[in-house]
Amino acid sequence: MFPRPIQAYSRPVQLTYQAILPAALILWLIPLLAVMWFSIKPGEDFTQGNYWGWPENGLAGFANYWLVFTGSDMPRYLWNSVVITVPTMFGAVALSCMTGFALGVYRFKGNLLIFFMFVAGNFVPFQILMVPVRDLTDQMGLYDTRLGLILFHIAFQTGFCTLFMRNFIRALPRELIEAARVEGVSEYRIFWYVVLPLMRPAIAALCVLIFTFIWNDFFWAVVLTQSPESQPVTAGITAFNSQFRAMYHLMSAGSIVAAIPPVAMFFLMQKHFIAGLTLGAVK
Amino acid sequence: MATVATDTPVSAPAPGPRRFSQQAVAPWLFLLPAFLFFAIYVLIPIGQSFYISTFNWNGLYSPEFAAVEGSDMTDQACRDLGNRASRTEGCAATGETFWTAEYVGLENYRNLWTDPFFWTSLKNNVIWLLLYFLAIPGGLMIALFLNQAVAGIRLYKSLFFFPFVLSQVVVGLVFSWFYLPNVGLLNVALGWFGIGSINVLGNNDLATYGIIAAGLWPQTAYCMILYLTGLNAVDPEQIEAARLDGAKGPKMLWYVVLPQLWPATFIAIVVTVIGALRSFDLITIMTNGGPGFYNTSVLAFYMYDVALSEFGFRMGYGSAIAVILFLIMMIYIAGFLWKMWRDERVG
Repeated sequence: MFPRPIQAYSRPVQLTYQAILPAALILWLIPLLAVMWFSIKPGEDFTQGNYWGWPENGLAGFANYWLVFTGSDMPRYLWNSVVITVPTMFGAVALSCMTGFALGVYRFKGNLLIFFMFVAGNFVPFQILMVPVRDLTDQMGLYDTRLGLILFHIAFQTGFCTLFMRNFIRALPRELIEAARVEGVSEYRIFWYVVLPLMRPAIAALCVLIFTFIWNDFFWAVVLTQSPESQPVTAGITAFNSQFRAMYHLMSAGSIVAAIPPVAMFFLMQKHFIAGLTLGAVK
Repeated sequence: MATVATDTPVSAPAPGPRRFSQQAVAPWLFLLPAFLFFAIYVLIPIGQSFYISTFNWNGLYSPEFAAVEGSDMTDQACRDLGNRASRTEGCAATGETFWTAEYVGLENYRNLWTDPFFWTSLKNNVIWLLLYFLAIPGGLMIALFLNQAVAGIRLYKSLFFFPFVLSQVVVGLVFSWFYLPNVGLLNVALGWFGIGSINVLGNNDLATYGIIAAGLWPQTAYCMILYLTGLNAVDPEQIEAARLDGAKGPKMLWYVVLPQLWPATFIAIVVTVIGALRSFDLITIMTNGGPGFYNTSVLAFYMYDVALSEFGFRMGYGSAIAVILFLIMMIYIAGFLWKMWRDERVG
């Protein structure tokens, strides 16, 4: 193990390490802790210039959060985010299960070329797609709709998901598939009954990752939508912030609300999330 | 997929040729839906962007006019009138629309050459790219710090990683408030040391660095998690052997541990480069390109701002910027693919 386990050091060193850990964490998260502090302070503190001190009349508690939900379009934005994120997650994962299977199991001419095309597409800058995709979405009558965003996200995320799935399927034992073929099982059944059940961990990891990526997307949200009827929370929060300009208690509460779903997803599905992100970090 | 799901009897293998053709067709059927999506939304648009970059286009389509039969007007004359055709006798809208772009060849690229904001953006892209690499040693340091087996370390690891899960929009807001002049936490802390208030995001020289610092926060967390996973897989026997040989500290890290961490480092480099070149959200949220004209802009931001400008869309010019950004990114993509290709041949 590197560095050397702390247990191998003297007691004072161990205690120092134990003390530095929480201090380092607080320092690391301090910008966020500051926002959390803002979000539970009453509004009058900010008008009176008491930004950091303890509020005179006590904390606002959840009152600010309540106002975020009842006094703004925030619930709508959150709902739009859900409506955009969940179908994208299913769509991209479903498509990439198929591409991953095709590219990971079969040997045919052009296999690597198609695989590289998906991988390269996943890395291109969004801007090279912006004008044509915006125009195409408009032509289909889907500009400023959630469906327009979903369709694009599914297509784009398929690149990353394919990279992920194909490498995962490559690592599965080929004997299983060969054995099924000898038994005369059709290719479709091999996919459905042999390979898909083995892909569960990869599917879980991808679902969590895609959920987070799409929930946090900002660029496409501002390019393809503009009204509260269809904007997800990342784009909506700018409108929210202009509604509550300089009311830091509400803006802070709003940002925290916007951040909660992916954060919750991460803490609930941590193992899958990290397995997905670090795929390839180990040989 | 229905065609693939022929009811091949499970027990009796189908005759050779048929099985063989099923294996030849199946991959293409499995690829088809994803390929269609990908072609429509990714591959074709890349080509279209190159094409549009040789035009001037305001993003609009105009109704098409044609001559009414029996009038003196010709179709061409009606078209030449443009919008005035709607008020001209003898012309009528056909119900179709046409693309209003005007072909200009390479003029957009020539204009870029003399556009100071383009060069500011490109310069900022370079600064982003260089400073973003700090995330890699930074992430490694935190990973080494956290790679211990003490009580609660798992929670510490998750909490250190957690900035990466926040959207860049939230990170941008969090840091804009952190940097607030006078009342922001940064300036409060500086005040303790007797340093006067700095308006980081309003300062021409500092703003870009302030945004990059915000971006490094989640990026370092990402590199950290890559290295933590990598450190888990480091071969303990090699470490012990090196330790017996008297290697320790930085020497051990450099000669024994880092080579084994190369896969993690490679991924960290890839995601850091991509992250640096994609920087758009933070800039939009924190400064919207300001202070002044495009002082904190990068190509990704400048492209968006030009193409969907408040003062009229300039899709052609924006596409030209996008093409430049794409070509820069292609260098890295090509390198990545080359490495993958090499690994495939070995594997």
